Amino acid sequence: MTDVMHNFELFQPATLEDARAILGDHQDAWILAGGMDSLDWFKHRVKMPAVVVDIAGIPDLHGIREEDDGGLWIGATTTLTEVNESELVKSRFPALAQAALHVASPQIRNKGTIGGNVSQDTRCPYYRDGFPCYRAGGNTCYANTPTAMNREHALFGVSRCVAVTPSDTAIALTALEAVFTVERAGSRQDILASDFFIGPAIDITRMTALEPGDILVGIRIPGKWAGSRQYFEKVADRQTWDFALVNIAMAAKMENGAISDISMVCGAVECTPRRLTDVESLVRGEKPGQELETLVKRVASRGAEPLNFNHFKIPLMENLAVRAIRSLA
Amino acid sequence: MQTYGPYDPSVDYVPGPAPRPKYTGRANEAGGAETPSWRPLHMSRRNFLRGVACSGVVIGGSSYLFSGTTPARADTRAVERLVRLTVNGRTHSIEVAPNETLATTLRYRLGLTGTKIGCNQAECGACTVIADGITIYSCSTLTHRVRDSEITTIEGIAGEDGTLHPVQQAFIEELAPQCGFCTPGQVVSAVALLNRNPKPTIEEARLAMSGNLCRCGAYDHYLRGVMKASERV
Repeated sequence: MTDVMHNFELFQPATLEDARAILGDHQDAWILAGGMDSLDWFKHRVKMPAVVVDIAGIPDLHGIREEDDGGLWIGATTTLTEVNESELVKSRFPALAQAALHVASPQIRNKGTIGGNVSQDTRCPYYRDGFPCYRAGGNTCYANTPTAMNREHALFGVSRCVAVTPSDTAIALTALEAVFTVERAGSRQDILASDFFIGPAIDITRMTALEPGDILVGIRIPGKWAGSRQYFEKVADRQTWDFALVNIAMAAKMENGAISDISMVCGAVECTPRRLTDVESLVRGEKPGQELETLVKRVASRGAEPLNFNHFKIPLMENLAVRAIRSLA
Repeated sequence: MQTYGPYDPSVDYVPGPAPRPKYTGRANEAGGAETPSWRPLHMSRRNFLRGVACSGVVIGGSSYLFSGTTPARADTRAVERLVRLTVNGRTHSIEVAPNETLATTLRYRLGLTGTKIGCNQAECGACTVIADGITIYSCSTLTHRVRDSEITTIEGIAGEDGTLHPVQQAFIEELAPQCGFCTPGQVVSAVALLNRNPKPTIEEARLAMSGNLCRCGAYDHYLRGVMKASERV
């Protein structure tokens, strides 16, 4: 059920300097980009910030540019439709284009931004419904009890909270080893994807390294994986709107029929995008084939600790890893 | 003489069910009209409801709708600002609250009630409108965000003279609407697709229409309608 949104003060800065000044004046300001997630929080009356800063009108945060090293820079407020229709993205990083195409529905992709997609909060229904769980500042996890419905929750890296990363593009960007440019207190910081997404052991109330007042300016994808063999697949209950049960992104380089370098990331199994380092070290230097697939299947989900209702994610994850490797054959 | 109203001298009023008009052959021979029927002028369900609302009976409901957008006297945050909003080629100057969604503005400030609010959280597509050529969910868009955009709602799809858009005509022919609640959104999504890509493949059409739910399950009818319309635009 949704309600009328609470009263808030709305700022629509036209430049990054203005946005910075507003965020400096209002410590509790909420940054709005596409609004596809933010407005739901407001309508459900779970989050009620007094000040909302709409950054979608800032030209510096928008667009797709080529970088000198063959990579790309994507502005944080670039919409997902712009990302998946961009020829630059499609030719260099098809896994990212595919990931952007598989987010939600066409209308959401038309307005939802890539910056918002990677920094959105988790979709744990207990947390979203306003339960006072660990992530909301309480001292219980409602999703990890004997009767809890947790088929969408985590297999790995559980630390009190069992929520998973909901984003599709975050998986592809982590596989492509993207760097996130964050504007913090007047200075810019480049944060690697592996550090940008944080688990509950680091901070249980946040999913990313973004702190209140930080602005995600853009995402730089290095040229390392440009034009390599890439794969993205998402499995969800429904083809539209739904979040992934498990998704996988892979970038690989081939030499003489063997895998010379590979980066494989699995989503929705941990609070952060999970890099399958076991699979990577196993397949490096090997030729894809049935033998390798059998081994990949053995190691892909090693260390998984399923909850009551999410055992199905283990074979799902193994099969997706196998399918990614099979695409290289 | 043409008579309108509850009293008609050509009708026999007798106690009992449904008064029936008395047949007189002469009236027609003399070139007069057919038996005049009593027909209320410009009466529709919505006008009736509006009339009731104005008379104050359900005013409580509308005050609920704007409870978030009508500022309490002490609340300085929710100041309404005058914006110019271009909808269906006409520019309106209206006062809009910061937390007002486009769907609310269209329906309750501009009276464009063709745009439906289904789920109100970007999960059904009944509120789909076109802003600068792309489809968006108006229920999940702040009106202030789109004040510089060209907005097209379902009311702006048909021609000025009432000629149906090929999409609307095809949907009728394919019996696409059942209950009809999702239809405005489906029409808008299909029109936006055909404006961008007049000859879509069925897979492209399916993808473009995938952001609109139909609880009656008439997806294939809508899809056939889109393909039929694409042959005519």
